[in-house]
Amino acid sequence: MQSQDVIEVEGLRKRYGPVAAVDGISFRVHAGEIFGMVGPNGSGKTTSIECIEGLRQKDEGAVRVLGLDPLRDACMLRERTGIQLQSSSLPNRMRVEEALDLFASFYRQADDWRPLLEDLGLSDKRRAFFNQLSGGQKQRLFVALALINRPEIVFLDELTTGLDPQARHATWDLIRHIRERGTTVFLTTHFMEEAERLCDRVAILDLGRILALDTPTNLVDQLGMATRITFQLNGHNRLFLDRESKGLPWNVFNPSLIGVLDGVRRVEQEGDGVVVYGQGDGLVVGVIKSLEAADIPFNNFRTEQANLEDVFLALTGRAIRN
Amino acid sequence: MRGLIKLFVMQFKLYLREPVAFFFSLAYPTLLLLLFGFIYGNTPAPAFWGRDFGTVDASVPAYAGIIIGTVALMGIPIDTAANRENGVLRRYRATPLRPAVYLVASVAMYLVVALLGMAILVVTGKLVFGLRIAGSWLDVLAAFVLCALAFYSVGYLVASLAPTARLAQVVGMVVFFPMMFLSGAGLPLQLLPESLRRVSDFLPLTYVVRLLQGLWFGDAWSKLWLPVLVLVGILAVGAIASARLFRWE
Repeated sequence: MQSQDVIEVEGLRKRYGPVAAVDGISFRVHAGEIFGMVGPNGSGKTTSIECIEGLRQKDEGAVRVLGLDPLRDACMLRERTGIQLQSSSLPNRMRVEEALDLFASFYRQADDWRPLLEDLGLSDKRRAFFNQLSGGQKQRLFVALALINRPEIVFLDELTTGLDPQARHATWDLIRHIRERGTTVFLTTHFMEEAERLCDRVAILDLGRILALDTPTNLVDQLGMATRITFQLNGHNRLFLDRESKGLPWNVFNPSLIGVLDGVRRVEQEGDGVVVYGQGDGLVVGVIKSLEAADIPFNNFRTEQANLEDVFLALTGRAIRN
Repeated sequence: MRGLIKLFVMQFKLYLREPVAFFFSLAYPTLLLLLFGFIYGNTPAPAFWGRDFGTVDASVPAYAGIIIGTVALMGIPIDTAANRENGVLRRYRATPLRPAVYLVASVAMYLVVALLGMAILVVTGKLVFGLRIAGSWLDVLAAFVLCALAFYSVGYLVASLAPTARLAQVVGMVVFFPMMFLSGAGLPLQLLPESLRRVSDFLPLTYVVRLLQGLWFGDAWSKLWLPVLVLVGILAVGAIASARLFRWE
């Protein structure tokens, strides 16, 4: 696929005192994609996005956005990009329509903001004061302000933080809609699920470094344990009852029985509980067949697909929530 | 240019929607005038004022100092620091809006607010007490603008230096309230003991009152060179310092 890079970052560094908030990151964002930067709070996402937006001075490295220098060409770049900030506000007594009208006047070319209001579901809030809006409505207003100049790139920093699940899903639809208009989306989030469901490519950030960068599917596949199977031994299932009624003993489970199967990476047993990690189409069928063939009674058989949370855990050794 | 005008109009609307700010800059000096006007009347008292003017005639140019002082030292630092603290300025910064345009729109808005407060004061004085003026309205207006700009530059300096809105408010009040009473703006200096009157020479607001009252009473600009010099000096230093120190966040 031939695609043009709209953001180029090379060796970006930013330190606050002795602490390196961003410690030499490099990546490119392709035109028209939804690019996500994920990581726990304090991993350097906001510092990175603000250096790229030109709101923060970098210490080292090269950043080009649409071929421009974010600090030196700030004014030209602002005309062509849209920025939603993690923490910002409007005056309490500013009305929604006044905000849109005012911000539109800052740009040489601005969209008619009325359809935007419609798209974002704020039409009935046109006359509302900023401080009368709910958290989700404020976020949508900020998205509208970021889109008012029909930007080529829109930056969204922790857009869905603080939103309830319903509002979050609505926001995802909105972001997909923005991309369909041809705008490149650069977002940060600490919700792995959000990155997985929304982003074309994801950079996983921790302690100011990029640990991995790929499509969510590739990141999970590279783990080598895309599927997790759990089951309980000695369950009182049909097999068990059959054998017991006939006075036959049941066989003892040995992890190597499953460990030798194609695609299995790891088998863990703790008491009666067994967890199998692996991947491949035949994995689940293979496990069931070998259990049946060896006359091992089991129940509570479940399969789960690994996700970016597991990727993060595998890369850092800790869960993202902590 | 379109952004400048829209921002100016928006800021003005926002100002009018804040009842406390509205009261202090627009209504408070007029209420003072009504109160003291009804107590003392406006009969000429040459023994007190040294000229043929009454209490209301002398109070209107003095209260102009209260209007300028409240807008400059309470309104500007608190609004600006609060807007910076809660991220309103950050939001503006993420657009092509230039800082200079933001400052010009804000200063123009505060100037209109102060002029509006002054207009209400003057109209009330005329209608209720038959306000007299010996000088030229145009001179008073020009001096009023000079005084306001000089004090606004100090207000933006306080806003830039104060780390939080709360501190900006405290600094503004600590600077403004003593100055209001010791500069001749809130009450005539003739009522103060000699020792306190000497303090007034060191207060910037004193020069606002001297300049405006002098022009009001019909003095020539040449006779008022000292207050003009002091205020132009404050304006120059304040404008340069606050332009250098102004920060969006």
